[in-house]
Formats: sequence, structure tokens, C-alpha cells
Amino acid sequence: MTATAGQGAPLARPVRRLSWSWLGLLPFFLFAIFFIGAPITYLVIGSFQDKTGQTTLQNYADLATPSISNAFLTSIEVSLVTAVIGGIFGFLLAYAVILGGLPRVLRDALMTFSGVASNFAGVPLALAFIFTLGQLGMITVWLKGIGINPYQSGFTIYSKIGLELVYLYFQFPLMVLIIAPAIDGLRPEWREAAENMGASSRQYWQKVALPILFPTILGTIILLFGNAFGAQATAYQLTSGLIPLVPLLIGNQIAGDVLHNPGLGYAMAMGMVFIMAGSIIVYTVLQRRAERWRR
Amino acid sequence: MKRRRGGIAWWLVFLLAVLYFFLPLVATLDFALKAKPPFSAFTNAVQDPKFFSSLLYSLVIGVLTIVASLSLIVPTAYWVQLKVPRARSLVEFVTLLPFVIPAVVLVFGLIRVYSQPPLPFTHTDIGSSALLVAGYIVLSLPYMYRAVDTGLRAIDIRSLTEAAQSMGAGWVTIIWRVILPNLRVALLSGAFLTLAIVLGEFTIANFLARPAFGPYLNLLSQQKAYEPAAVALISFGLTWLAMIAIAFIGRDTRTRIEIGGAH
Repeated sequence: MTATAGQGAPLARPVRRLSWSWLGLLPFFLFAIFFIGAPITYLVIGSFQDKTGQTTLQNYADLATPSISNAFLTSIEVSLVTAVIGGIFGFLLAYAVILGGLPRVLRDALMTFSGVASNFAGVPLALAFIFTLGQLGMITVWLKGIGINPYQSGFTIYSKIGLELVYLYFQFPLMVLIIAPAIDGLRPEWREAAENMGASSRQYWQKVALPILFPTILGTIILLFGNAFGAQATAYQLTSGLIPLVPLLIGNQIAGDVLHNPGLGYAMAMGMVFIMAGSIIVYTVLQRRAERWRR
Repeated sequence: MKRRRGGIAWWLVFLLAVLYFFLPLVATLDFALKAKPPFSAFTNAVQDPKFFSSLLYSLVIGVLTIVASLSLIVPTAYWVQLKVPRARSLVEFVTLLPFVIPAVVLVFGLIRVYSQPPLPFTHTDIGSSALLVAGYIVLSLPYMYRAVDTGLRAIDIRSLTEAAQSMGAGWVTIIWRVILPNLRVALLSGAFLTLAIVLGEFTIANFLARPAFGPYLNLLSQQKAYEPAAVALISFGLTWLAMIAIAFIGRDTRTRIEIGGAH
């Protein structure tokens, strides 16, 4: 009898302690429920309802209507293009200042500047590019001065290419910020070992460095994709909704039910969340892979 | 010889980047200076009462966001590390949700939920501003939590807590007088990053119809020619100041990655 009681007491204690400890996290979880959980749940439920409140899958089927699927495709295209170009150029840039033999000062300057540029987006960024490449922009005027009028050959900053050019302004720096530590993590010993075995610089990159960096590079490009995919303010300021992008359509839907179907708007928002979630999951998997080499 | 050729190529890459980064800034300055008399774009912009009122509004919202975000995150991260390590992955998952939920989707849901009874936040100015702060706290979760969590890991919070407890300190005293001062670097970096993001944020503020700096600049760009260039440069300067502050604060620590989320 006493033995069982003695056994019961230490067992009961941790259980009770645990439940009290979880209470300390209550404010955080309450906040999350109110300001992340509730809004998202509202969108999820709404996306499965038709105008009369009946449960339906029609909203998701309606995402295939040309105007909406086109917006998804354009958004994906712009994000993909800027992610890949931004990723490649960002990598080259980070490599240039870390291993390219450039003065150390430039590296520090680039890192600080990348912090600024990756956070400098939205309205002022779009404006800066309009002043640069808009119809009266500085570079446009220069080019006209030497006899080239980009606006006559079909270019405009308010187009898809223009938008991509603007997005790259926050895409490169983000790549630089994330990839720099990975390039730093390439151990000199690996290069020495490769060289001792007679590998050329090219072979070292092909067989050693790139395979090690590859998951990080690919993962970061996917992160850049999400970064561009979720962007709304820059595109809004630049194109005033001329280019159909998912965030802009959602914006119109917030301002007024332009689709004449609230449920379809919610389904569109969920489509955006799905794509973001997919990219983050792939990023996480690749990041885990990359960490194998960072011990 | 091979090395040198490589060197030149890398210089080219760097110069290309410098051109790409600085030409838009130069062009903006160039445009702002076109206004006659010289610098009138800047003086006019600064004299507009809405310039200061919107900047002040965004600053106040930024400070409120920082205070609220930290008072939510510091105790949570501390408690997770000290008492409920089992909750770590769940809490981390929640703090990473803003990477999956774009600002435009978040504000969509927030407006739909909080524009009707029982919680009609958007019907009043105070309510809308509170909702704005809540939205910004959500945006700040990923990097704020990471900064605080990393900061906590670097100090021995268990020993500090036990030492403080043995001298009779309560939880509030421990967090306020023992943990917070030890997290100075992490907290200040997070705070300045939040400030930079809030000052430039447009999407959430615009849909909540708040008189913030981002929507102000958007409105100005539809009404004036040269002043928007001046204000865009001022906005860039403010981001720059915040980042320099972060670099200055964290100069002794290892490289951190600052990732915002307000494009």
C-alpha cells in the first residue's frame, strides 16, 4: 500500500507541473489564435462556401478561370525569374567580395548595404525606379540623348520586365545576406585537399564546392521566390494594377468584392498560402541537407 | 595570370552591382533637385504637415509594435527554454507562419474577422490602429523570436534565474532586471529592424486606412511631381539609419541575417 502511494507521488508531480508550465505560454498562443488563427480560419472556411453559405469546392475549381489562373501564372513567372536571376547574381556578388580578392572594406559595405536594400521596398522603391527608367527617368533621358528610345522599342517600367527589374533590387541583397555565411563556411582545407590531389580550380568547384553549396543556393532561391510572390506594395505602386498579379487581385477583393464572389477571393488567398507553404517546406528540407556540412 | 583575370571579372560583377544599386538613388535625387528653386522639393515635402504627422504616426506605431512584440516574445522564449522545452517546435512553427502568410492575405483575414461584431475593431480609429499593431507584431514574429531565442541561448538563463530566485526575485523582476539587460544586443537589433519595416510598410496600413508613412507617400506620388522623390529619399535614409544602428549595435557579435517582410 505505502509502496504504491510512494510510486504514485513522483509520477503525479511532473504531470501537474507540466500543465502549469504550459500556462506560461498562454499569452503567446492567445495572440496567435486571435491574430493569425482566426483570420486564416475565416479565409479557409469562406473558401469552402458559396454565396449562400453552402459548403462547396466550386471556389477552388473557379481558380482555373482565365483571369485568375493567368494572375497565378504571372505571379509565379515574375517570382521565378527574379528568384533565379537574383539568386545567381547574388551568389556571384557574394563570391566576389568574399573569395574574389576584393578589399575587405567592400565586403563590409556590401553586407550593410544589403541589409538596407533587402528592406527597402514597396512604395519608395517603385518610385525610385520610375525616376530612373520611367518615361522621364534619368536613364531613359540619357538613352534618348544618344539616340535610343527604349519606350519606342516597347520597353516600359510599368510592364512585367520593369517589375522584375524592380523586384531584383530586394532579391539580390537577400541572396547576398543568406549565401555569404555559406560561402564563408567553405573550409580552406577542402580546397587544399583537392589541390593536393591535383584538382584544378574548376574541378574543385565542380566536384567539391558547388555540390556542398548547392542545397543552400537552391533553398535560398526558393526563399526568394516566396519573397517576391508575397510582395504587394511594390507592384501596386508601380503598375497600379495593370499587371495581373495574385496579391493585386486579392487587394482589389479586399477593397470591394470585384470578383462578385467572396468565396473565390478567399480561395485565391488560400492558393497563395499553399504556394508559399510549398516553397517554405522545400526550403526547410534543403536547409537541413545543407547543414550536414556545417559542423 | 589566371588569378588576375578572375580578379578583374569579380571587380566587374561588383561594379555592375554598385551601378544597379545606386543609379535609382542617384536618379531619384536628380529628379528631386529638378524642382525650382533648388531643394524646394525637400523643403516643400518637409513643410507639408501631413509629412510629419504620418511619419510620427508610423514611429508611434513602430514603438508600440516593438514594445508589444517584445513583451510577448521575451517571456515566451524564456519560458520555453526554462520550463517547457517540449513546446519549442510548436512555438517556432507559429513564429514562422508569417513566411507562409503574405501581408496581403493576413490583412484580408484580419479585416474580415474584425470588421463585424463581436469585435468590430475597424469601426474606430483606435481599433484600427490596434489591429495595425497586431498585424505588425505578426510580421515581426519570425526575426524577433529568432533574435531573442539566440540571445537567450548565449546566456545561462537557468543559473541566472536560480541566482535571482535565491535572492528572492519574482518572475517579473527576473525578466525585467536580469534577462532583458542580458539580451540588449538581440533586442535592439530586432527593434531597429522592426522600426525600418514599419516605417516603410504599405500593404496593411493602406487596407486598414491608417494615416501612416507608406500610404502617405503613395498618395503624394499621385498629387505632386518632385516632392515624392524627396520623400522616397528620406524614407531610404531612415532605413539606412536603422540598418547602421543594427550594424553598430551588433559589431561585436557574429553575423546575423536580417530578413524583413514588407515588400
